[in-house]
Amino acid sequence: MPERFITLFVNGEQYNLEVGERPWMVRTSHTLAYTLRESLELTGTKVGCNKGECGSCTVLIEGKPVLSCLTLTVECDQKKIITIEGLEDPQTGELDPLQQAFVQSGAFQCGFCTPGMILSVKALLDVNAAPVEEDVKEALSGHYCRCISHYHVLDAVSRVLKKAGE
Amino acid sequence: MQDELQEALKFIGKETPRKDAGDIVRGKANFIDDIKLSGMLHGRVLRSPYPHALIETIDVSRAEVLEGVKAVLTYENVPNWKGGLPPHVGVLDRKVRFVGDAVALIAAESEEIAEEALELIDVHYKALPAVYDTEEAMKEQAPQLYSEFPGNVFPLACPWMGPDSLQEVVIGDVEEGFAESDYVVEGTCAYDNIPNPLPIEPPGVIANWEGPEDLTVWSSTQSPYFLKVILHYAMGRINVRSIASHCGGSFGTKVAPWQLAFYAAALAKVARRPVRISYSKEEHFAAYTLRLGSRFSGKVGIKKDGTIMAVAGDWLINAGYCSDAAQGMVAVGCGEVQLMVRSPNWNIKPKLVCTNRNASKMVRGYGGQELEAAFIPVLTMALEKADIDPFDFFKQNYVKPGDGYYWRDGNWWVSRGINYEKAMQEGAKAFGWKEKWKGWLQPTSIDGNIRTGVGVGVHGNADVGEDVSEAYVRLDPDGTVLIYSCLSEHGTGQRSSVCKMVAETLKVPLERVSLAPPDSEVNPYEFGPVGSRGTYAIGAAIIRAAEDARQKLLALSAPYFNSTPEDLDTKDGFVFLKGEEDKKVSWKRGVGFDRTCLGYGRFEPDFSVPNFAMVFVEVAVDTETGKIEVKRVLTATDVGKIIDPQSLQNQLHGCLGSAGLDTAIYEESVLDTKTGRILNSNMIDFKWRTFLELPVFDSVTLETPVQTHRFQSVGVGEIMTSPAPPAVLMAVSNAIGKRFNRYPLTPDIVLEALGKCQKTEVRSRK
Repeated sequence: MPERFITLFVNGEQYNLEVGERPWMVRTSHTLAYTLRESLELTGTKVGCNKGECGSCTVLIEGKPVLSCLTLTVECDQKKIITIEGLEDPQTGELDPLQQAFVQSGAFQCGFCTPGMILSVKALLDVNAAPVEEDVKEALSGHYCRCISHYHVLDAVSRVLKKAGE
Repeated sequence: MQDELQEALKFIGKETPRKDAGDIVRGKANFIDDIKLSGMLHGRVLRSPYPHALIETIDVSRAEVLEGVKAVLTYENVPNWKGGLPPHVGVLDRKVRFVGDAVALIAAESEEIAEEALELIDVHYKALPAVYDTEEAMKEQAPQLYSEFPGNVFPLACPWMGPDSLQEVVIGDVEEGFAESDYVVEGTCAYDNIPNPLPIEPPGVIANWEGPEDLTVWSSTQSPYFLKVILHYAMGRINVRSIASHCGGSFGTKVAPWQLAFYAAALAKVARRPVRISYSKEEHFAAYTLRLGSRFSGKVGIKKDGTIMAVAGDWLINAGYCSDAAQGMVAVGCGEVQLMVRSPNWNIKPKLVCTNRNASKMVRGYGGQELEAAFIPVLTMALEKADIDPFDFFKQNYVKPGDGYYWRDGNWWVSRGINYEKAMQEGAKAFGWKEKWKGWLQPTSIDGNIRTGVGVGVHGNADVGEDVSEAYVRLDPDGTVLIYSCLSEHGTGQRSSVCKMVAETLKVPLERVSLAPPDSEVNPYEFGPVGSRGTYAIGAAIIRAAEDARQKLLALSAPYFNSTPEDLDTKDGFVFLKGEEDKKVSWKRGVGFDRTCLGYGRFEPDFSVPNFAMVFVEVAVDTETGKIEVKRVLTATDVGKIIDPQSLQNQLHGCLGSAGLDTAIYEESVLDTKTGRILNSNMIDFKWRTFLELPVFDSVTLETPVQTHRFQSVGVGEIMTSPAPPAVLMAVSNAIGKRFNRYPLTPDIVLEALGKCQKTEVRSRK
């Protein structure tokens, strides 16, 4: 198989990755979750089930929330990808308003599902600046949270909406 | 004086962001799979396709020569380590006892290579007959799982709870009690749907040998120090250093992941490199921790006025193929049922049985949930006969200050906790219980196909003061404070809450207080945040350590003032003369730049302060489809003093998760008794609550001071799941006028009760 490169734009950084079978290369079987975590060391993307059932590995591809454990890295050539590490201001480290709202509302317990949830809400707010609660619930319906932080997550989202409306 | 104390609190009871909040929302919190060691190998487990079999031959030669494979282990070459209670489970065995039991272990350079190597192992099994049902397992002809446990019955002793650990509930004379009763009912109920607590993060352990007798383990455990102790004894008295990552949910299940530690350590020993064992979700479902199976068959005697006179019966507990804590859960369950309802006469005899399915181990609710969920539907048959409102009954009969109970250590304890009657009363008022309760088997409302009904449950636990905690608190001359406690963060926010307690004790800004990492080599003994003990027990040890450090600081600073420590106090990193706050000196000048003050604190077990929670639920049942919707949940409790409002409320909401409320309506592990397989080992077929199905959730949380805690506080986190399942069962019964004696009430079960569908053989919940 001829070797080739793919290019990912992750959180504004360009990554040229070689596709092939050698240890440092992206294999055609590698998922985006694997590449982000193992090759790019962006471990903020969490893998709860690795089967597309829990939502924790959600990242944004071209602005849309996608399950990175069900997405092959080689499918992402030339794609813009945002992970949880990409939300804060790269210069100042200031948190995105949504991240701030999660902090203020205490919208997590163990925190494993939090990065995925934040990114799904981010994608929603990018296309719908004033969602009603049902929209938010729908956007989060694929996210599993066993600690039951759902109510505080909804509070965080209404907090950020209220702040945006001020 | 107390009011002044409360007035002066700066952090306790206030909303302060968790210390790890920034890390969590940035994706920087390190869970177990985020930890990578140089040279680390990936371990995988070959699992048995048979529920019960002997390995006749096992050939690993093809796996061993696969490039990248660094260690292969079978029962023939594993170390002789044993876990379980009493110790009965080795690293690997020639006999396999459930579908998913470990057969061989591989460590390789990558997960893919390890997976590939598993396929190259050739095993020939001799299949043995299997048994899944507790009653069947105890019969004379039943297949025997272990030669040391004849009749498949585990001994009930739990040595780490003391020499006389509670093994039954025997008080008074039940025959006399029944004779004095106006109504005696007899019944059976099963809570044996063996749901999975299923934290989102699968379990994982990394092991590395620093020397022949020195092992380091990293894990997402809830109790790093306790894990060290377990491994020390199970692995031949070796030295273990146990380090916890952030824990992605545990609910008890990650207190002691000793089996993963066995696998990783055994492989690491051969490979001479660190090895990670990380379970897939399927393994998490089918080869990790389930709830205990529980059945109660017995009698309840009651007087016309609702006075309970006697309870007698058999409690059959299914532990699956192994037990590592089930005896402790039996002991605590036997205690908790007495907290829930005072009866002068008891005779409950538990039997703990092993069967050929995945094991039931430690889970939030810890025995009490399992016993009460099976016992309450029998109890309520008596309340129905006497026409007693269950809320009135529970409020009247739960253990109050001054009442006694046998606790898990086998000793008689008398409650010196708070009275929860007011919280229950206010909960009922906020819920509208008296308006919604229409009598037994009576719906609250009917609207076409939709019938609503209400139910209530109560649960208490005296393990709030269980076990030992130790802590050090170090005051640095620069005015910062470091807490040494082997407390990991498993979602309750306890690592942040103890910082608030210390900041309050030492009157320093919260940002100056931090915790050492949860590492057993750094910190003293800590049992871990279980049984709602975090606030009360762990908090007490840490507060005592802070107070001890404070005393040392004042003593060392006294010469500066030509005064005595009693005349001094500290605030904001200064020591000052009481009454003359302007006469002050920084910690650095008071004790010197080259001195730290180290305080020590210890909490000793004390089972005299039980907590309680009541849960009210309203359900709507569609009599055409059989679907149950939980419309509303209200929790009522009293926490003495709220430490952190958001963390507390999150814990209360936990009622819906971790094999709690929803075990009454859809959560179950479906065991196929023809093959021994769990059929729904994935997150599509195992049902869970989504954002679209959230009930209205309200809480009534009172603050009646608990005098035995510095900040008058008592924990309630662990108990929130337990009152809910029988409350839901009660609500559904009332909605449709049919009694139930099993869980979960899936639509087919509801329709069957309504006579709208034939009894099917789709499930076996043995």
